[in-house]
Amino acid sequence: MTSGVDLGRPQTQAVGSDEDVVRVRQLVRTVAVAAKLSLVDQTKVVTAASELARNTLVYGGGGSVEVSTVDNGRKQGIKILFADSGPGIADLNLALTDGYTTGGGLGLGLSGARRLVDEFDIQTAPGQGTRITITKWSR
Amino acid sequence: MALNADESGRLVDVLSRHVDRITRRWAEVVAAQLRGRLSQAELIRQGQELHRALLDALGKGAVDLTSEEATELRAVLAEFSRGQARQGFSATETATGVFALKDALLTVLDSDQSEGTLRDYVGFSALVDQMGLFTFETYVRTRESLIADQAEQLLELSTPVVKLWEGVVAVPLVGTLDSARAQVVMERLLQTLVDTGSPYAIIDITGVPAVDTQVAQHILKTVVAARLMGADCIISGIRPQIAQTIVALGIEFGDIATKASLADALRHVLRLTGVETGRRQSRREA
Ligand SMILES: Nc1ncnc2c1ncn2[C@@H]1O[C@H](COP(=O)(O)OP(=O)(O)O)[C@@H](O)[C@H]1O
Ligand SMILES: [Mg+2]
Repeated sequence: MTSGVDLGRPQTQAVGSDEDVVRVRQLVRTVAVAAKLSLVDQTKVVTAASELARNTLVYGGGGSVEVSTVDNGRKQGIKILFADSGPGIADLNLALTDGYTTGGGLGLGLSGARRLVDEFDIQTAPGQGTRITITKWSR
Repeated sequence: MALNADESGRLVDVLSRHVDRITRRWAEVVAAQLRGRLSQAELIRQGQELHRALLDALGKGAVDLTSEEATELRAVLAEFSRGQARQGFSATETATGVFALKDALLTVLDSDQSEGTLRDYVGFSALVDQMGLFTFETYVRTRESLIADQAEQLLELSTPVVKLWEGVVAVPLVGTLDSARAQVVMERLLQTLVDTGSPYAIIDITGVPAVDTQVAQHILKTVVAARLMGADCIISGIRPQIAQTIVALGIEFGDIATKASLADALRHVLRLTGVETGRRQSRREA
């Protein structure tokens, strides 16, 4: 084992500060390399993770990120779960609209992250927190 | 545990009658621990100052360190531990410097049984413990602010703005561009534009591993601010994987010039300035 990542077990990173967002990016990068993603796909999934982890921190009031490798028999991939128990998102369609922001951002984090990955699943409701799962497959 | 009036009265008495012995014994104990890292004269001076502040506080009627009458004593202790922290002494060494007061007082009590009671000593000991903890806390706070200062200096060092050419400054960004660094970058770039009177700035992102919307927003803000000052920015070092990610995210750099490499960006600027000023001027002169 050279990367220091146990491919069998998911790795968890708490998200409570800006430094934690950096740690999420580093963890995702390491696992994406281990899952044999191309440089472009690594960069895409790292960037998507950066967006979603920052949302977890800023809008979700902190939470956690779980990173694991997945294998569907034909190819390997990386799967990441972002979970917070913040206010949740009332109007998901609106939140996923390019340019929509309630925090003075560019409003491209959620929608952009969805475009950067292969699978994007989101579970959220007012007062119920937010759980987003993304997957990126190697080509 | 607070001192009562009797106890502090007797302590004032002992402390004021044995100034020299207490100060000397204190200096001895501390010197043994510091093993020559402070001169004897300096130690004696510190011991005298501590002694004076302590005597002053007790004399005014301080019952513990939080007393109004102990304000001056707290200031002396804070100054003492700040000095220790800056000179690189450890937290333990700093606190022990205060605890050595117990040792010093004991020596005096030991030699003369009539001086004070065990109760007095216990009361005094509790006060010194408070002083030690207070010193320890000040020490930690000083170290923290020293570390924060150093981090800030590192930040400054890691964001160099260089004059690349006459009228062209460049800032190579390396690593993660968090909000704190982005702020420093923007300020330094704008200041350098003023200082050098440069109409062009190149922001090179070759060393930035991922450009997310936050990084992009910082860059966009910097470009707009530079524009307000009459300078044009070029973004360079956009590698293929970054370009594709930016497109998928939906970030638009609008009419901001972007180039693959720093060299391309410089060539671009030189072409602009060459046409507008250099050649035309030299021809006119000829
Ligand atoms: N984890 C979350 N919890 C609550 N609200 C969220 C969460 N993530 C995103 N949002 C909402 O969706 C909006 C759009 O998010 P995003 O596309 O990342 O844009 P930005 O971060 O620039 O505001 C946010 O402004 C916020 O209102
Ligand atoms: Mg966002």
